Amino acid sequence: MAKIKPRVKVPKKAAAGEIIEIKALISHPMHTGRAKDKKTGKKIPRKIINKFVASFDGQDVFTANFEPAVSANPYIAFPFKASKSGAFTFTWVEDGGAEFTASKKMTVA
Amino acid sequence: MKQTKQFSTISRRHALAMLGAAGTAVFAGVPAYADGAAVAAKIKGLTGGKSVGEGTIELDLPEIAENGNAVKVAFSVDSPMTADNYVKAVHVMADGNPTPDVASFNFTPAMGACSASTRMRLAKTQNIIVLAEMNDGSFKQAQATVKVTIGGCGG
Amino acid sequence: MRLAVMITMAFSLVAGAAFAKTPYHDGTAEVIKPTDKNHPLGEIVSGYDFRKAMIRDVQDDDFENPAMLVVDHGEELWGTVDGSAGKSLSQAFEGCAEVPLDVVGSVYPRFNNAAGKVISLEQVINMCRETAMGAKPYKWESRDMLGITAYIRMQSRGSRVNVAVDGKASAAFERGKKLYYQRVGQLDMSCAHCHEDNYGNYIRADMLSQGNINGFPTYRLKWNGVGSTHRRFRGCMKNIRAKPLPYGHEDYVALELYTAWRGNGLKVEAPAYRN
Repeated sequence: MAKIKPRVKVPKKAAAGEIIEIKALISHPMHTGRAKDKKTGKKIPRKIINKFVASFDGQDVFTANFEPAVSANPYIAFPFKASKSGAFTFTWVEDGGAEFTASKKMTVA
Repeated sequence: MKQTKQFSTISRRHALAMLGAAGTAVFAGVPAYADGAAVAAKIKGLTGGKSVGEGTIELDLPEIAENGNAVKVAFSVDSPMTADNYVKAVHVMADGNPTPDVASFNFTPAMGACSASTRMRLAKTQNIIVLAEMNDGSFKQAQATVKVTIGGCGG
Repeated sequence: MRLAVMITMAFSLVAGAAFAKTPYHDGTAEVIKPTDKNHPLGEIVSGYDFRKAMIRDVQDDDFENPAMLVVDHGEELWGTVDGSAGKSLSQAFEGCAEVPLDVVGSVYPRFNNAAGKVISLEQVINMCRETAMGAKPYKWESRDMLGITAYIRMQSRGSRVNVAVDGKASAAFERGKKLYYQRVGQLDMSCAHCHEDNYGNYIRADMLSQGNINGFPTYRLKWNGVGSTHRRFRGCMKNIRAKPLPYGHEDYVALELYTAWRGNGLKVEAPAYRN
């Protein structure tokens, strides 16, 4: 399977009080558990990214819980109110517990 | 295409009529779909049977999706997002997929606004239902229909 | 039987036109006038302009376009040393391609002197890996090959497709042209039946484009991933119940050259996003 790799877009700088938009994308097939392998005819077991957590300076600020109805290469965009400089950590959790993370810093003037 | 919609009851007949009108094909081999009743049961479970209000939820969904594999679903809920008045969670459901759940989101006042955008799989033409849970325990809901065109071609 | 199929299709072509809402139909598409007097069409339009906003919006935003995940992978490979010569593709490639990197994406398939024939971008890459780098060739439809081709084509993004079909390329061009108009498969159809005679119409629920390939490699929702022009050719052939040719087949390279020529003048859009 393809290597699982996240991409995140966070503005490097923001004004205090500004509402910024954060976008995150990760390469993942999001196997629903319903499709069959064309070659073997066997069902491909469910394996999805079931959770995405965004935290700022160690505090969880936003969580998305994904079901199999979320598309392959799941995409998520959400707002955040810039109040101070700090670091975001983004975590994707796969069925079975594997985690993938990305971090971004933001400076607030 | 912005579609701002309020809550309305989805009857099975209504859903079927829309399907017919759109002239779409359904995925072969999928045994069962969720329907209006499954979504209603899901909502009852989430709300504990409380009545659902008609606040402003703006949905951004395509009227017609040229493929059901990745359909944009974006919403925004009108809320000050302050410590004592904010949206706690938003649940996105679909009444024509094998199961009604699509995704749910937990919000915090730190976000400053309540909105999100993702991409979902739709097996056929169906209604998308968005249920928002406020921090005071009240609920709001909105829904819209997406026509999914599944071609017989397209290699 | 064939008559029944054709009647069903013709019906759909009429019925479907009612919900067309694309730049091509509302007059906002970029329409190119062909400069070659032998061009069969009076207008050249990218597949992008036959799609609805849901599709175009994703291509318009490099972050939202999931093809970029594959481009990132290609960029990594591009700079990575591989093979017995101790070189990366970034060091070896321009010599193999015989044109500058930012031009490659708009002029291939092309007659390559070292190869002695018209070859596709995938074939340049593998030739380069085998001869200049001493590395193993990539499989045609592998993530590695798609990543590299998407990364390279992207270097020409925005410039105009300009494949040469004269001189040493003319034999492949003529072969490609013949294949384009040749009826094949149980449905007995050619490329032209859909992409020349009926572009802008619906075939069942699918809006037909001119079949231009300026966006390849392309992320397709149907594939949930990125694929090559040859994968698309294979899909079309399966649809008309014809036996698809293997990836990299000489006839597909010829067809790719001819199809690219039909889109000469369009902007390179790779990696595009389609349904």
